[in-house]
Formats: sequence, C-alpha cells, structure tokens
Amino acid sequence: MRSLVSRVAAGVAALTLALSVVGCSAAGGAPANGPTRHTVVVLAASSLTESLTAIAKDFEATHPGTDVQLSFAASSTVVTQVNQGAPADLIALAGTSAAGPLDANRIVGSSRSLASNTLEIATPPSNPGKVNAITDLSRATLKVVLCVATAPCGKAAAKALSAAGVVAHIVSYENDVKATLAKVQLGEADAAIVYHSDVVSASARVRGVQIPASVNQTLDYPLIRLTDDPTTVEFATFLLSDQSRKRLRDNGFLTP
Amino acid sequence: MRSVRWARAGLVIPAWVAIAVLVVPLLALLLKADWAGIPAHLANPTVVPALRLSLLTTSSTLVICALIGTPLAWLLARSTHRATAWLRALVTVPLVLPPVVGGVALLMAYGREGVVGRTLLEVAGWSIPFTPVAVVFAEVFVALPFYVLAVEGAMQGLDPRYDGLAATLGASPWRTFRTVVVPMVAPGIASGAALAWARALGEFGATITFAGNFPGRTQTAPLAVYVALESDPQAAIALSLVMLLISVVILGALRGRWLR
Repeated sequence: MRSLVSRVAAGVAALTLALSVVGCSAAGGAPANGPTRHTVVVLAASSLTESLTAIAKDFEATHPGTDVQLSFAASSTVVTQVNQGAPADLIALAGTSAAGPLDANRIVGSSRSLASNTLEIATPPSNPGKVNAITDLSRATLKVVLCVATAPCGKAAAKALSAAGVVAHIVSYENDVKATLAKVQLGEADAAIVYHSDVVSASARVRGVQIPASVNQTLDYPLIRLTDDPTTVEFATFLLSDQSRKRLRDNGFLTP
Repeated sequence: MRSVRWARAGLVIPAWVAIAVLVVPLLALLLKADWAGIPAHLANPTVVPALRLSLLTTSSTLVICALIGTPLAWLLARSTHRATAWLRALVTVPLVLPPVVGGVALLMAYGREGVVGRTLLEVAGWSIPFTPVAVVFAEVFVALPFYVLAVEGAMQGLDPRYDGLAATLGASPWRTFRTVVVPMVAPGIASGAALAWARALGEFGATITFAGNFPGRTQTAPLAVYVALESDPQAAIALSLVMLLISVVILGALRGRWLR
C-alpha cells in the first residue's frame, strides 16, 4: 500500500526542489563580479531612453568586448525593481527625490549628477486642442494625459499645475513618461506634461508648449552605482564625459 | 515492485512541482498580507472605485459575450461551409495574441485617429479611448474567444437530431436555437461565461493601452494593483486578495453546479 508518509515525503521533496530553484534564481540575480565580465546592466528613467541608448552605443564602439544592457521604466519602478533584488550595476533616476526609497545597502560610492531636465507640454503636431499655455489645460473639452503620481514626471507635473493654479482636465495617468508621450504621438490625447528632453527627442512627432519658469520644475538626474565592477566604473565615468554630455544636450537635457 | 514505485515517484515528483509552481505564489500573497490592516488598506481611495469599475465592466462584457458570442458559437458548430475552419482560427487569434498588442490594435481601430474611430468622432462626436466603454471594448476583445470556443465545444457535442426534430415539429431556426439549443448547452454556456468573465476581470495590457488609467473611470482592479504596488504595496496586496477571493468564490460556485 502506498502510504501517506511517502506521499508527504514526495511532496516535501518537490517543494524543497521548487524552493531551491526559487532561491537560486533570487541569489543569482546580481551578476557575479569577476575579471572576465564586461557586461553593464543599467536601469534608467524612461526619459533617458534616447540619450542612454546613443551613449551605450558610443561606449561599446570605443570599448570592444563590452556590452551595456539598458532597461527603461519610471524611476519609481526602477527603485522598486532594485529594492526587490533586480540585477543592476548602475541606475539613473529622474530627480533626486526618486532615490529616497532606494535600499541604501545596494548603493556603492556617492551618486553623481548626470543631467537635469525641465517640464514641457507636448501636443500633437496639428495641436487639435489649441493648447498654447499651461492655463489652457483646464479646458473641459481637452484630453490631458499625465504620468502616474508615483513617477517623478507625475509628481513634477502636479506641482507645476498647482503652482500655476490650473486644474487640468486629465483623462489618464500613464505608467511612465514615454507612455504619456505616446498618447500624444498617437493623437489620442490633446496634451501631456512631459520633459523638455522628450519633446526634443520626439522632434517633429510632437509640438512643444513651454511652461513658464515661475511654475516649472527642474529635476536633477542622479547616477547611482550599485557595484565596484571596473567596467561599470568605466561606463559611469564615460557617462559624465564631454562626449556623453553632448549626447544628453542634443536630446534636450541640461548638463553640469 | 521497486521499479513500479520508482516509476510512480517519477510521476508524483513532477506533479508536486507543478502544484508548488501554482500554489507557492498564492500562499506567499496570503503570508505577506498585513491581515489586521486589510480594512484600512481597502479604504485606500483608489480601491473601491477600481473594484466597482471592474464589476461593472466585466458584467457588461459578459452580457455582450452572451448576446453576440452564443450565435457565433452556433454558427461555427453547425456550419459545414469551407470557410468555417478559417473563421474558427480567426476567433482564436485574440486568444493567443499578447493583450498589449490587442490594445494597440484597438487604438488603431477605435482611437481618435483610428480606422473606425475617426469616423465615429466626425459623425457622432464619440471618442472611445479613456472611457469605461473603452474598458469594455478591451475586455470583450480578449474574453469573447474564450466564451465562443467553450460554447461551441458544448454545441458540437449536441446531437443534431434535436434540431432536426424541432424543425419537423415546425419550429423556426430562431425558436430552435432559443428553446432547444441554448437550454441544452447551458452548462457549456456557464463554463464559457466563467472563463470569459475571469479573463475580463484579469485584463490589463489591452486596457491600459487602449483605455488608459484614470481612477474611477478606466482604472480597473488589476490596474489599481499595478499602480498601488509602488505607492502602497499593502493596498496592492489587499486588493489582490479581494480579487483572489472573488475569483475563487465564483469558480467554486460554478464548479459545484456545472464545471466538472
């Protein structure tokens, strides 16, 4: 007869196996440090998509044998991912306050300022909502899209709107700034509050409407290292070089 | 004897791994929940509107699936036309399509600049994205194939002689469908409805892409869970537990009667 004990034993064995598999993948999350490794995993704010993609290509071209792996999301998502143990060597966030909830144990060295960015309104090129100023966003016929309140672009947009005394007619809060911009590029939204850099990167696909300096927000982008790995240090230094700063400026960022 | 035992272990161990794969995450959700704080977390201002919207949109989805999906299932089950196989394959596409792709497709069709949406806006002044109607569109798009295929399966199993008998007694095809076919495949309809409803309740990708994310208007429970995970993880867990509970209760209730 097949005993209950053997069933339970098999169950426990299976569970142990399953748990050990889970444990392995969690422990093996961060790539091991070693002299042969030339991969740098970078998690960054989505507003950096175009700039970092170009800079990573520059770096790989001038540093043979290196591989820069990029992943973009809202800074709040990047921080959540890192805190949950996502493998990453370097992170770049939109705004210093985004780094607040970051697990301090994972930070190596001091953070450096990569660039800074300001807000801007984006509309479709034809400007169907006739948006010419931040005060226009309160019109009830308008479809305005913002970033979700947890993302830095959402927080900054809410601050700018309240500073301007504008209650915008919002139809959606998107996951990150590129998703927000996409709704305008697709022509589904009449306006979105994004970064100046997003308007510059999107070039002719959107039209920018300036937000007055008196209510605009400036975000400083910290570059935070999570490892001492030499390739990572090298890439972090490269990010602060004149060549990389030019890439950032070309995409609408301000650089130190 | 020994080899039989080993062979059995060879089956039992992978089976237990499969159970662990399914159960461990759900157990973790239960273990990580701050049970005492759940009422407070559920009072989070986004939770109740999200649940209300989810129930409203999924029940609308279910009604639409039943109204248009049942006739389609019947058509697929009884048609002998060569094109039927192709039609069935077409119905299956949204089933295997990544939901976010479905969302993009819906935008291209019913968005303000979309193939149908542009005309809708010009003629009727309707703009579908960013409205609860868009949420229902997304949910119907992903849930309808589940409903149609489940109901068609049940109808395939129905002996065609019943239709023939009803016809010889003078019943019109519509009356046959309504009074003979539908009542006889009721269990199939119920399981199709449960599958479609569960799929609609869990809908995320197509919804966030096509309908956007606005509390009370287009932010369904799964979207609220995703957003809350960054701002208030315990609220996300509490809302997840509510969804788990609803799903288990509905499936449990159906299982007793129809699903076997």
